[in-house]
Amino acid sequence: MRRIKLSVNGVTYEHEVEPRLLLVHYLREGLNLTGTMVGCNTSNCGACTVLLNGQSVKSCTLFAVQADGHEITTVQGLQSNGEWHPMQTAFHENHGLQCGYCTPGMILASVSYLKENPNPNEEEIREALEGNYCRCTGYENIVKAVQQAAGQTS
Amino acid sequence: MIPVAFDYEVAESVDHAIELLGQYGDESKLLAGGHSLIPIMRLRLAAPAVLIDLGKLENLRYVRDGGDHLKIGAMTRHRDLAFNEMVAQHCGIVGYTAGLLGDPSVQHRGTIGGTLSHGDASGDMPSVITALEGSIVVQGPNGERVVKAADFFQDYLVTDLGEQEVVTEVRVPKLNGNTGWSYKKFSRRSQDWAMVGVAAVVERSNGSIGSARIALTAMGATPLRATSVEQALSGAPRDAVAEAAQSADEGTSPASDSAASAEFRRHLARVWTKRAVEEALSR
Repeated sequence: MRRIKLSVNGVTYEHEVEPRLLLVHYLREGLNLTGTMVGCNTSNCGACTVLLNGQSVKSCTLFAVQADGHEITTVQGLQSNGEWHPMQTAFHENHGLQCGYCTPGMILASVSYLKENPNPNEEEIREALEGNYCRCTGYENIVKAVQQAAGQTS
Repeated sequence: MIPVAFDYEVAESVDHAIELLGQYGDESKLLAGGHSLIPIMRLRLAAPAVLIDLGKLENLRYVRDGGDHLKIGAMTRHRDLAFNEMVAQHCGIVGYTAGLLGDPSVQHRGTIGGTLSHGDASGDMPSVITALEGSIVVQGPNGERVVKAADFFQDYLVTDLGEQEVVTEVRVPKLNGNTGWSYKKFSRRSQDWAMVGVAAVVERSNGSIGSARIALTAMGATPLRATSVEQALSGAPRDAVAEAAQSADEGTSPASDSAASAEFRRHLARVWTKRAVEEALSR
């Protein structure tokens, strides 16, 4: 067992964890933050995307011990003072949610990407989301949502 | 999909990592970004007893001007390289290829030192560093040594890295204005491994080709230079490319697997070598 101390959605946690515990399982089962999904388990689908120090990462491909000393943001930590993050609002207004399973990962990957490129075009958005799969509907509304959020944050 | 249990050590410095490697021997494995290692541990294709995490070694995360070359710290993340201005200016093929690996979330974690140490001949960066004739700086108990890319990749997933050695830096030449580059990767879906990849670094000379360095991805156990194409293009006119590329698969030994047959890979190597060299000439 290994002692870790990290910040998740602004709250500091300290836990003894097994080194092989994946970050996604720590978040879901250790902290009960079930907004982060388990999808493919192979680093492909992006359902488990969270922010590590503000940058998108796949929490199924990170051990919880690697997050020691770092800041994690999950979809449940995006809102502030009861106000949705502009990306959450944009997904809501454009019906980017669809079945909802990929949504937390889509939103966090998009939030991370707009920090790197605040004014992306449609093609750039599609490329930036290549590591996040929708398996129920398609990407039209998701891309529209990111375009709307980009317009607001730029 | 849960890895076999392991012990976990955090390296506080390169020297500490070397010491830990000495202590645990071949039961241990270095963990950099983890985007090659963790997936194979989850599949239980790898089960190291001890992981030595290099994640705290931020001092190995840099791009520096080395005069005629760039020095890239081993823990530099792919995403850092994709957005690095010095890389874009002097050795664009490295930044371009880093931006092609996996997806942005993978690039936020994966490191150049990690992908080279993993030594997968289906990986893109090993071919690019091979075509650039770059070198890899390795540190061990007896100090530092600099290994040419051509000597570093030895066999399928086997590199020149000793049991107690750590990759600390990658060196790539600064490309002059007469040198164009291209990396072409062919795969079915955006995140897939390359069925075949071609890295081309081509020097132009008075309207014709001066010299060409071409390395192939997934055409054998290591990145392979397309030497017969390189020879045919040396000092050749630009319209010699199509014919020269016909020998791109000479001396290669591609595998047949679920992604592509060996014969198809040979075909792809010829087609994409032509396209890569043409793009390099125009860039």
